[in-house]
Amino acid sequence: MSAIADRDAAPPAGLAAETRPAGGGPAGTPPGTASRPGRRRDRDPLGLRRALSDRLLPGLVAAMALLAALALGGARGAATLAARWQTGAAAAVLVQVPEPAAPAAPAEGAPAGGPPAARRLDAPPAARRLDGPPAARRLDAALAALRSIPSVSEARPMDDARMQALLRPWLGDAADLPLPGVIELRLDPDAALPEGADSLEARLAAVAPGALVESHGLWVARLGALARSLQAVSLAALLLVAGVAAAVVAVATRAGLIARREAIGVLHTLGATDGDIARRFARRVFALAGAGALMGAALAVPLLAGLAGLAAPLLGGAAGAGSGIGWAWAGLPWAELVALPPLAALIGWATAQLTVRRWLRRLP
Amino acid sequence: MVRFSEVGLRYGAPQRPLGARRGEAARQAGAATRPEVLRDLSFTLPAGSFTWLLGASGAGKSSLLRLMQLALRPTRGTVEVLGLDIGGARRWQLPHLRRRIGVVFQDFRLLPHLTAFDNVALPLRLAGRPEGQLRADVLEMLRWVGLDSRLHALPPEMSGGEQQRVAIARAVVTRPALLLADEPTGNLDAPQARRVLALVGEMNRLGTTVVVATHSQELVARQPAPALRLEGGRLVGDR
Ligand SMILES: Nc1ncnc2c1ncn2[C@@H]1O[C@H](COP(=O)(O)OP(=O)(O)O)[C@@H](O)[C@H]1O
Ligand SMILES: [Mg+2]
Repeated sequence: MSAIADRDAAPPAGLAAETRPAGGGPAGTPPGTASRPGRRRDRDPLGLRRALSDRLLPGLVAAMALLAALALGGARGAATLAARWQTGAAAAVLVQVPEPAAPAAPAEGAPAGGPPAARRLDAPPAARRLDGPPAARRLDAALAALRSIPSVSEARPMDDARMQALLRPWLGDAADLPLPGVIELRLDPDAALPEGADSLEARLAAVAPGALVESHGLWVARLGALARSLQAVSLAALLLVAGVAAAVVAVATRAGLIARREAIGVLHTLGATDGDIARRFARRVFALAGAGALMGAALAVPLLAGLAGLAAPLLGGAAGAGSGIGWAWAGLPWAELVALPPLAALIGWATAQLTVRRWLRRLP
Repeated sequence: MVRFSEVGLRYGAPQRPLGARRGEAARQAGAATRPEVLRDLSFTLPAGSFTWLLGASGAGKSSLLRLMQLALRPTRGTVEVLGLDIGGARRWQLPHLRRRIGVVFQDFRLLPHLTAFDNVALPLRLAGRPEGQLRADVLEMLRWVGLDSRLHALPPEMSGGEQQRVAIARAVVTRPALLLADEPTGNLDAPQARRVLALVGEMNRLGTTVVVATHSQELVARQPAPALRLEGGRLVGDR
């Protein structure tokens, strides 16, 4: 204490109130004397390195990011399935019209729907010949009926040459066989509820008794509708995950605020603005959430690649091992996966800013 | 410099600007049952003055200092500090004003995980002073309070007297226009108390308006100056 007492009357030259020397301290003070005191800690006066630990928050955000990546993968897979099934040849529905050349059935005499026997390809007595006159009235009536249905985007008769080409492997060149008329339908891929086979048959029964709707295409259309629903569910899951992540960040930030209540009070008294304090929290959360999401997204890549590999045969990709892996790799939602960490960091940053600023409003 | 007029303070009242208090009546219903801890305070402290703030424990000295350091807004009356009406000021106006007020707390309130150097540097960093410039000022201040050998010590490693002097260095490093000290010698032995008081007096001689709260008559006898005397939240005997 005695050494101190000697200096009682020697206050720093620049200490006069409200007068700030432009050049800082007196010339006698070598600026390097304080050998970088607390180089690391001076940036963290609130001790946020411990108040917002680098374990819990990144771990939780990593889990969220993993879920988000799976949802993204699901959305992408569902979208691909829907696109394949709706645009490919599979989307076509085939309608067989027996006795295509016969006059359209009179409403009263038609054996509506017909017994199962009437649906047989070989059942109709009056048969059209492959080299005969072009299909006439019953086929045209069926076409007209089909075209009037809203969910049918296209209906056209299959021409004879194509029909022959299709049948040749089974029938050879036997031109004498009676053949039904065949209509190719395309269903509107955006129709909410694709028409069922039974309801199509019922509509046709009046004009073309015994018309048979081959329903494979309808199943595909329904699968397409299911895929679209899955896509919507995936996106909803994505939003939910983002919301939960924001809530997790808010809770963690609030815990950090309470843990550092006193230090925040000190900073506030020293003239820190809400922005100063919020920035320190937000910067820390930004880094933690970004790192966590990076981990989660990285974990998701092999998982998604595996799933995509399983889905490859369904999507027309090669089922073989080598090309399957390459295909799965290319099929991952890379852009979204790469966007995940910065997006999570941004959500964390914004949530921390809001949480801290709201909390600070209790101080004058 | 500091002007109080008909000031009353009640804890638990909303901390918003007087003009922006909506639903005041409903809000006050709960707070009104609490007693006013400060009542009918009117006084003026001229710029550059030194004032003792005296009173028994619980008289309201700390509460009065909290009003002056903008940690509380008055429940009624007007408080004017460094030219700003605190009761009516907007929230965003206050931080800038706080940087011109140095505060020495009774319990120091140093940040425990920052070194002495970083604690003293904090107000300058908050004010946006570049690292290169603030180093010299911080060292100068720590030398002034006799702690230039303890730059890297953490508060828990320091004695009460050393922490008190770090707190003073932190309060004056920005060369504040107003310096408020709440029982700055409460935890110190006599020589250390004298030393702290000399530092505060030195600031006052250099032009800073100073208010020191204490319940020690011995201290007042050593440095005669005008005094505000509080008793049960009221002013008894101005000067
Ligand atoms: N944060 C607070 N909330 C409610 N009442 C308080 C608070 N701080 C102090 N008081 C009350 O205000 C009165 C004055 O206290 P204080 O200003 O601390 O007096 P002093 O500093 O003179 O000892 C006391 O009755 C105390 O109980
Ligand atoms: Mg007190």
